[in-house]
Amino acid sequence: MTKNKKRWWTLALTFVLAFAIAPTAGAMHIMEGYLPPVFCVAWGVICLPFLFLGFKSLNKSVKENRKSMTLIAMAGAFVFVLSSLKIPSVTGSCSHMTGTGLGAILFGPSAVSVLGLIVLVFQAILLAHGGLTTLGANCFSMAIAGPILSWLIYMGLSKTNVNRKVTIFLAAALGDLFTYCVTSVQLAMAYPSAEGGFMASVVKFLGIFAPTQLPLAVIEGILTVVIMIALESFAQSELKAIHYATEGGK
Amino acid sequence: MTSKNKKTIAILLILVAIMVVGPFLALRGAEFGGSDDAGSVMVEEIKGEAYEPWFEPVLETAIGGELPGEIESLIFCLQTGIGVGVLAFFMGCLYERKKLGKDNE
Repeated sequence: MTKNKKRWWTLALTFVLAFAIAPTAGAMHIMEGYLPPVFCVAWGVICLPFLFLGFKSLNKSVKENRKSMTLIAMAGAFVFVLSSLKIPSVTGSCSHMTGTGLGAILFGPSAVSVLGLIVLVFQAILLAHGGLTTLGANCFSMAIAGPILSWLIYMGLSKTNVNRKVTIFLAAALGDLFTYCVTSVQLAMAYPSAEGGFMASVVKFLGIFAPTQLPLAVIEGILTVVIMIALESFAQSELKAIHYATEGGK
Repeated sequence: MTSKNKKTIAILLILVAIMVVGPFLALRGAEFGGSDDAGSVMVEEIKGEAYEPWFEPVLETAIGGELPGEIESLIFCLQTGIGVGVLAFFMGCLYERKKLGKDNE
């Protein structure tokens, strides 16, 4: 890394830290106690098979090659950082990113579900952000549904001629946005409108979350591209260990 | 890292900085509250009555009230710090390894 690049990293980190101390009030998981118990249990049950597969897949990666631990830790840390940063958005309110796109691209969607769950438990217990009763629903939207879309987009576009960085950007950004669409649907299922029912509710919740989240999704896409460039430059052998086909090392 | 990649990273990070600071500067009077507060308002609007969450966050039960704002930002910083620490540590290792030319071992 040149002096120049070191400067950029310092600058980037300063920004990151500066905005960690963003305005108060939780951002965007379904809050504790806001879903009826039936929904809490149902979403939890839906998550279980994914988490089971996730544990198995992480285990397999590590057994196959110890080197994959490094990337697992980094993907997890990426989720930690991005989901802790509350970013001001064009709508005048704050929300945060998910950071799950990177893990989905590297390890596939099931492995990310475990990483996402760790973060959600951390925030639910220590920050009263999200919640233990809504853990299942939040886990499904942030750690399962979003990553699945990211992974599908990444897999789909990788086979085409689309530029690699654009592919990664789209996968991460749309996965982030999709997380909040799923959240809107989850809330709408629990709270259908008196007039217009479920669909009217979906539109209402999307109306709050989508405009706020859109610029953040773009930021998440960009940051995921940045970290992937760094990994492809410095972690070729780790990426090979998890069978990730890199640009130069195919 | 090629110089093309370096440039790309630089441009992308500037873009991110602009996107973060932009709304903050442009919307001077805005409150920048969390969007899930707006979510709970919407729940009440749809139900047409005040909604009482049926379960209190365990932490709030434990300390008998809401988490003070400063403490909340402390814990958020802790979360960021853990993440940045892990990322920076491994990036440092990987970078040094490449510099020493041991990256294919």
